[in-house]
Amino acid sequence: MPRLPLLALAALLAVGSPASARTPSTTVILSTTTSAQDSGLLEVLVPLFERQSGYTVKTIAVGTGQALALAARGEADVTLAHAPALERKYVAEGRLRNRRLVMYNDFVVVGPADDPAGAGGERSAIAALRKIAASRSRFVSRGDRSGTHQLELALWKQAGVTPAAPWYIESGQGMGATLAIADDRRAYAITDRATLLAFAGRIRLVTMVEGDRALLNVYSVMEVDPANGPRVNAAGGKAFADFMVAPEAQAVIRTFGVEKYGRPLFVPIAGKKDEDF
Amino acid sequence: MSEAVLALRDVVVRYPRGVTVGVPALDVRARETLALIGPNGSGKSTLLRVMALLQAPGEGAVSFRGRPVTAADGLAVRRRMAVVFQQPLLADMTVEDDVALGLRFRGVGARERAARAGRWLARLGIAALAGRPARTLSGGEAQRVALARALVLEPEVLFLDEPFAALDAPTRGALVPELAAILRAEGVTTVLVTHDRGEAQALADRVGVMIAGRLLQLDETARVFGAPASEEVARFLGVETVLVGDVVEADDGVAVVGVGGRRVEIVSSARPGDRVRLGIRPEDVTLVTDAAGGHSSARNQLAGTVVGITPGSPLKVAVDCGFPLVAAVTLRSVTELGLAPGVRVTAVFTATAAHVIGTGD
Amino acid sequence: MDLLLAGVRRAVALLIAGDAEVWSILLLSLQVSGTATLLALGLGIPAGALLALARFPGRTLLVSAVNTGMGLPPVVVGLFVTLLLWRSGPLGRWEILYTPAAIVLAQAVIAAPIVTGITLAAVQNVPEAFRLQLLGVGASRLQMVWVVLREARLPMLAAVMAGFGGIISEIGASMMVGGNIKGQTRTLTTAMVLETGKGNFDVAIALSILLLALVFLVNWLLTVIQQRRRA
Repeated sequence: MPRLPLLALAALLAVGSPASARTPSTTVILSTTTSAQDSGLLEVLVPLFERQSGYTVKTIAVGTGQALALAARGEADVTLAHAPALERKYVAEGRLRNRRLVMYNDFVVVGPADDPAGAGGERSAIAALRKIAASRSRFVSRGDRSGTHQLELALWKQAGVTPAAPWYIESGQGMGATLAIADDRRAYAITDRATLLAFAGRIRLVTMVEGDRALLNVYSVMEVDPANGPRVNAAGGKAFADFMVAPEAQAVIRTFGVEKYGRPLFVPIAGKKDEDF
Repeated sequence: MSEAVLALRDVVVRYPRGVTVGVPALDVRARETLALIGPNGSGKSTLLRVMALLQAPGEGAVSFRGRPVTAADGLAVRRRMAVVFQQPLLADMTVEDDVALGLRFRGVGARERAARAGRWLARLGIAALAGRPARTLSGGEAQRVALARALVLEPEVLFLDEPFAALDAPTRGALVPELAAILRAEGVTTVLVTHDRGEAQALADRVGVMIAGRLLQLDETARVFGAPASEEVARFLGVETVLVGDVVEADDGVAVVGVGGRRVEIVSSARPGDRVRLGIRPEDVTLVTDAAGGHSSARNQLAGTVVGITPGSPLKVAVDCGFPLVAAVTLRSVTELGLAPGVRVTAVFTATAAHVIGTGD
Repeated sequence: MDLLLAGVRRAVALLIAGDAEVWSILLLSLQVSGTATLLALGLGIPAGALLALARFPGRTLLVSAVNTGMGLPPVVVGLFVTLLLWRSGPLGRWEILYTPAAIVLAQAVIAAPIVTGITLAAVQNVPEAFRLQLLGVGASRLQMVWVVLREARLPMLAAVMAGFGGIISEIGASMMVGGNIKGQTRTLTTAMVLETGKGNFDVAIALSILLLALVFLVNWLLTVIQQRRRA
């Protein structure tokens, strides 16, 4: 019987060792959003970075708010998010630094083929949303305070509409699940292009509005001040951030998705500024 | 004089609710069987647990073979003794594993365990049960296993706490003489706690009477039963008639005591004028309805009236012959004699049946 | 319904194809929850036995704490363990957040009160008189506890099953302290949540079927052991 706890400890160590075999300073914690992870881009870029730099990256995909908050606390070394307003606030407050634009993808307004609200063909997303509200056509929202959700809410605000039940449905879930619900209910939704492309074969929703400036989704990388918390790997964080805006990564971003979807999911924009958009 | 294997000195055990046990001195001699008897709640089981080192007394000391037992050697000394309790609680394993438990605790090897356990299972007549799961046994069989479990350890002192109380009469009737034979043959020093006077008489060399936490008498069995030290002890030992009177005549070892206006002849060296306390066992009193009653040579033949009959085995008939007297009568005799309240009878008992109860008050 | 069937087919396909990722997820889940269960047993059994047999001031309070712990929401445990393991937390220097070790820790904390509570009840169920009888044939305190635990082995095997079943199906804490990192801390349950969120319902169902099958297998084994010992 006394052997048992020893066995357990040995097993625990065995299980724990592969990850902790890396010494702390070679581990980089990247906090990012679920949308960024779901696109699959990071599964290409991160191994590339690891091979080149020798760092091990732990990608923690959580909600936008949590991703930025973790970085601000020093619980992550670098963060990749797509909520420019919130990000600028963090930088202004000095909690995150060296914000650099990496890429953008765009959102699209989708809806049922018969288009009851007459939103199709509108150049402006805001105009389309007004029409949807006016006709009280069903609309499915993320409803989860994610970057996507915040963009959607900002659009409603600009449209001067307060969406509400019963035509406005909040799924509280990720993009894929939300799209599936919208498809099932023959409702409108706002989705990022990557998810739309991934789901193209499975749903019958069609694109209503695209290309509107307001629908651009800009991704930025930010670094963490070592003073934010103990054990911040500032060097590693910086290395990853530098990597993301370097030509090689940007090249990968430029062509990511072509093979699978026929068109790229993102547009690399390293070096540009917010004002350009 | 056999040396004391176990000795208690100034032992006190206090309970917040219930009796306080206080025993200034108690010795257990080698090879003897000592019975502790007393009514329920008298503290005899407590005393047994203290002696077996299963419970620490509030005050006082226990010595084993002359050396006081300390906390450090407590386990070692405890392992030289063994206890059997009233309820045979066996572990969930086979009978032979159960019997060998104590040997396992002491680190005895498997082969020796099997040999010793086998021997004692045979000794107690349950060799056939060796492979059975212990939980499937009857009460009597289980208690035999419990006994084997203790005896296999060849303890220097064996403690038995009411070992037969949970068994039915026939089972008890078979087991008691068997155990007596084993104890005698092995010469095991035994401390037996029981509330059954018959068991004590059958098994014990010495008897200690405990009432309300106190050891009131400790002596050879015959002397305790024959000459109780006090009325309390007498009553517990089954002496149901206790009388107080003054000696009116004394001659050549026979004294006459005046009680309730009648004369009772006793064997005693008491002198006239002495106040004595007499105890008479129901079993020593015979009732006859013959007016003459002269068949018997008994010195005491007193006329009286039946006052009441208490059921039991045997029945107890209360008679008023100037003083209350209780006689033990079989059901058959009650029927044959037509005994009932109000019937006139003669109570007959010998002078030796009425014994003087000691100086205790 | 057809989604369910699709899920079953997908599950079988993934297993047979020897899909490396699925197998590594399966293995990780088993390793992590198995280790956590062992840890919980190593802590919980002695603690339960001690609480059952010893008398000391504050014991009732401790027993209440254990009983409360049995119903503790795993997410709460996850949150507190995360706070402990954060770089800025008291155990930050262990650097085990977002590693399997952290999941093992959180799961062990979840399972330990369950094991303790069941052991406590099982040992208390063994009559006190029995313990005295063991001492009466020369058992040391430790030997007495050993025999008592052996007497209570049936309910304690139930404790193992309850503990393991509870933690291998756990999501919240595993997600929080593990981070659901592909190839490192992705377990069956966290992978399921991920796939569901992405809308890959058939994969999610496949994973859930695998999880059910795994739990059933383990419990079946333990049940065979438990029921076989009944004389």
